[in-house]
Amino acid sequence: MRHGKYPFIIGFLAAPLILYVVFVISPYLQAFYIALTDWRGITATPNFTGLDNFARLLEDDVFWAAVRHHIVLLVAMPLLTIAIALFFAYLLNLGGGSRGGRMNGVAGSTFYRVVFFFPQVLAVAIVGVLFQAIYRPDESGVINGVLARFGIEPIGWLTNPDIALWSIIGVMVWQAVGFYVVLFSAGMSAIPKDVFEAAALDGAGRIRMFFSITLPLLWDTLQVGWVYLGIAAFDGFALVQVLSVDRGGPDNATTVLPLEIWRNAFNFSKYGYASAMGVALFFMTITFAVLTLRVTRRERIEY
Amino acid sequence: MATPSSTATQATPAVAKAAAARHKGGGPGVFGVLAHIALAVWAILIIFPVLWTFLASFKTNAEIFGDPLTLPSSFAFDAWVRAWDKAHIGQYMWNTVFVVALSTTGTMLLGSMAAYVLARYEFPGNRIIYLLFVSGLAFPVFLALVPLFFVVRNIGLLGTHAGVILVYIAYSLPFTVFFLTAFFKSLPTSVAEAAMIDGCSHTRTFFQIMLPMAKPGLVSITIFNILGQWNQYLLPIVLLPGNVEDKWLLTQGIANISTNAGYEADWPGLFAGLSITVVPMVIVYIIFQRQIQSGLTSGAIK
Repeated sequence: MRHGKYPFIIGFLAAPLILYVVFVISPYLQAFYIALTDWRGITATPNFTGLDNFARLLEDDVFWAAVRHHIVLLVAMPLLTIAIALFFAYLLNLGGGSRGGRMNGVAGSTFYRVVFFFPQVLAVAIVGVLFQAIYRPDESGVINGVLARFGIEPIGWLTNPDIALWSIIGVMVWQAVGFYVVLFSAGMSAIPKDVFEAAALDGAGRIRMFFSITLPLLWDTLQVGWVYLGIAAFDGFALVQVLSVDRGGPDNATTVLPLEIWRNAFNFSKYGYASAMGVALFFMTITFAVLTLRVTRRERIEY
Repeated sequence: MATPSSTATQATPAVAKAAAARHKGGGPGVFGVLAHIALAVWAILIIFPVLWTFLASFKTNAEIFGDPLTLPSSFAFDAWVRAWDKAHIGQYMWNTVFVVALSTTGTMLLGSMAAYVLARYEFPGNRIIYLLFVSGLAFPVFLALVPLFFVVRNIGLLGTHAGVILVYIAYSLPFTVFFLTAFFKSLPTSVAEAAMIDGCSHTRTFFQIMLPMAKPGLVSITIFNILGQWNQYLLPIVLLPGNVEDKWLLTQGIANISTNAGYEADWPGLFAGLSITVVPMVIVYIIFQRQIQSGLTSGAIK
């Protein structure tokens, strides 16, 4: 290309790059250093304390409670979301039976897809406030009000430490399913129809078709979904902060690392300690992403 | 995303039809009924909480704490007015519109400029800058939270909309650049080359030729950014602390009202505030649902 290539390149890259380095790259790099200090925000120069923060992390019960919750989230949330979404996507796209050897979705599938996807456009914080009324522990709560009609005693959805985390997971699944229904639907419609026709000719039923054709040919999309949901399992901040009792309670039964990072930094001014938690969270996320991509790697099926 | 539907279906041989007829449950049999029940139950689970909130905004405190499955006794908009004025939902809404309008515009402008240069020009450092942008996708925001707070404070932008806008743009760049770089690479080079030969400058080629050509990609990613920034909660509560309540954004405002509703005992006001937030989303979503669905899933489908 001719005249003035470099001034143009610099002109176009300077603003985005400066903004990005100042607000994204530099904070990330600083975080690793702050994690090695006892900085409380008062002194201008924080004391370097080496790995002290990390040693304290290992003895912090709240930290381990949060890590345990991430493990529960990491297993339960993607599993439930993907199972429900796969089921619905299959019904919507191929569940209407085969007419003329051609698989169809059930009637009204557009309506269902629109409704299912809706929670995805709501802010997590708004969803959290919405579910406070749904989960209220007495009979004025929406779920407990319905249960009362059947003579069932009210359940402390958020106040009972044994089920509070599961109530939160329920909301996450509620919000996420629609997104994955749409995602899997796109993947399913990419599968050539003649594969199903051939299977129908060979006498395969719906269930057989699902496990022998749809699932293997959808593997790449499933993998993407699993990584997305897994990364979401290391967040949970907005929902737990807004919805749970006492922000992460009762008695730390629902707390997550992002919430503890925020609390330690902006409630307790323990900036060094909060950053150490951030570093721990970073390594957990990265380990998860790398492991998932390794373990789930399969030979790609070309079609 | 669009996939070529197989042409093989047109050539379906008669054998397939026979096989389909043999294949049991071809019509709306037991399976079809069960499928519809499952789908309808989930649809109710989605619609019911939203509808309940909407109805609760017309109830009185006593009605809200009574039987949850009754309708309000009257439909007056008192609580909506209270939420809009007294609880400042109107103010928060306006703040959010202002911030997101500027931050999404900024994200799209800066993101497409960077992506275009990285996709179409060869220069030393190109690859490194691209990787620098994309690496931002791998880091959780929570890691940067503490230093980010101090960076914004030291620049003097803590508690200002300008600070929030700049931070929104910066944190939206990794995905925007990642997505648009791939998109610009996929566009044909011949049109831009022809324009350059005709004496069009680099800048004019970008704004008048390449941007219009990239419209489908730009639309998807704009929707993605608008929703992502509109729904942001963590960054506002960190960057707009309690002493600048008049600058708050919608999500943090609603969360705060829900904390206070217990003290002030204005539950209808809370549900009215929620409804004011959710109803426009429902309307916008119904109108643009196709674009929104493809915009939000565009990240997962390459």
